[in-house]
Amino acid sequence: MKTKPNHFRLYEYIIFLAITLAAMLLCVCAGSVAIPVRDTLTAIWNTIFGLPAPEGISQSVIVFVRLPRVLCVALVGASLSLCGAAMQGLLRNPLADGSTLGVSSGASLGAVISIAFGITIPGIQLAGTMIMAIVFAFLSLLIILTLAYKMDFTLSTNTIILIGVIFTMFVSSIMSIIITFSGEQMKSIIFWTMGSLSGSNYSHALSILAALVVFGTVIIRYSRELNAFAIGEDNARHVGVNVKRVKLIVLIAVSALIGVSVSISGTIGFVGLVMPHMTRMVVGPNHRRLLPAAMFSGATFLMLADLVGRVLLNPLELPIGVVTSFIGSIVFVYIFYTTRKAG
Amino acid sequence: MLEIKNLSVSYGDFEILNDVSFNVKPGQWLMVVGPNGAGKSTIINAISQGAPYTGKVLFEGRDISKLKPSEMAKKIGILSQSHTVSYSFTVDEVVRLGRYAYSKSIFSSKNPGDEEKIHNALELTGMLPFRNQSVLTLSGGELQRTFLAQLLAQDPKMLILDEPTNHLDLVYQKQTFELIARWIKNTGRAVMSVVHDLSLAKAYGTDAVLVDKGRVVSFGRAEDVLTAENLGAVYMIDVYKWMRDMLSQWK
Repeated sequence: MKTKPNHFRLYEYIIFLAITLAAMLLCVCAGSVAIPVRDTLTAIWNTIFGLPAPEGISQSVIVFVRLPRVLCVALVGASLSLCGAAMQGLLRNPLADGSTLGVSSGASLGAVISIAFGITIPGIQLAGTMIMAIVFAFLSLLIILTLAYKMDFTLSTNTIILIGVIFTMFVSSIMSIIITFSGEQMKSIIFWTMGSLSGSNYSHALSILAALVVFGTVIIRYSRELNAFAIGEDNARHVGVNVKRVKLIVLIAVSALIGVSVSISGTIGFVGLVMPHMTRMVVGPNHRRLLPAAMFSGATFLMLADLVGRVLLNPLELPIGVVTSFIGSIVFVYIFYTTRKAG
Repeated sequence: MLEIKNLSVSYGDFEILNDVSFNVKPGQWLMVVGPNGAGKSTIINAISQGAPYTGKVLFEGRDISKLKPSEMAKKIGILSQSHTVSYSFTVDEVVRLGRYAYSKSIFSSKNPGDEEKIHNALELTGMLPFRNQSVLTLSGGELQRTFLAQLLAQDPKMLILDEPTNHLDLVYQKQTFELIARWIKNTGRAVMSVVHDLSLAKAYGTDAVLVDKGRVVSFGRAEDVLTAENLGAVYMIDVYKWMRDMLSQWK
């Protein structure tokens, strides 16, 4: 009898990559002004090889406005979806993601403080927000884990989720206070908390790419351990997984990746929750297959959500977080309803 | 092989185990017997490092709290009382995790001999036909046999089983106990199991430890521990009479 493959096969990588690239091309071509595919590809090709821009093609719009934004969106989508998949496995809870843990809210608080008080690092755009978001994501994790450890020395997942929920509420209240007294900055903070990737550039894309390569590799390296956690924490310990160490390393990698994502895109809900869930339906729960697949599907979903946000009310732009939450919550209820009905 | 010395577990002021001591030698099947809430499962929790304890748990003379988790998994295999699964892993994927402790490289999960051990474990537990089936579609008994197969694939020196025949019907209860008895005979290794069914404990146990209110009431050879007097004192009924009454239903 043939058994299910234990890892992601080459042809599966090719199929997922092809879909992601097709979505990327669509998102670069479509927008307030539609640009033909051939012109888009020519503009990108010519820029890479230093050739002069052909006449009639708005090379700067393609190469310096749309492409970096689409790249950022794809990388943030991949990161959030990867983090969600890892959290859902680690906590054996299909409703878990970075926001359930409280890390996203912690990162947001850091970013909001940096915007409200104008904390910047001269010369490097967004560096202040990014560093504050990462620091606060780490601090949140530290607080959540310390509290969880004090209450329950096995660091059981239920305790972590419960503390995560309470922590999120606490952080939201602090953010509301800061927003109330933020004066002129109020509008930009509120827009930022809804999630926005307009104005993204290549340095943003590079930051998130570097974070994804480093922390994504760490997370994917623990695929087998995540399988054991997804079956049960006790079972993971019984088969020989160093439960506390793996949990700590994965949580740190997830919080760092979320910190970087949040600093670039603001709070984007539901990607980390819904995409791993949907991907699991296609490739199964084995993390050696799920984690790579979730990155591709998260990237594709967020690019399409961003496209909808850009073109739906053109020339007005909907924040990407609003689109993902709107689509995500409907899809989520549908999934929840159908799986409950089937179960 | 396994030595439990002065084991105590408390949650706050609530004392669950108090000064529990016993040991298990190679070739023995130690039955841990006692009423509900006696602390039987807590003993297993403490051994698996899942509960904070005072006292010592030694395996082959080494303090097991100092063992690396993968070393521990090669020495002691633990089967939990109940299993809840949230995701649709296949039976094969669950059983395969039993080989986790033996993976040498972080990049490769395969070791020579893994496939044979997995196949044998599935065959012994009768789970081979279910190999590619999702664990979410299994009955309680099939799920229990899947985790028993994982445990056999893990190939530890000693098995610790918390209610191994939980969810199993009569036929599988008999098959499982015979399978474990054969495993002890073939490997010369040891088993410690928590059981509620006193008849099974008496029939298969070489040794027994009777626990009540977190303390050891009696420890020794099964026939010396599971006496009418000891059981009567713990369960507060005449257990032997109850067993005879039950048996008389079948005449």
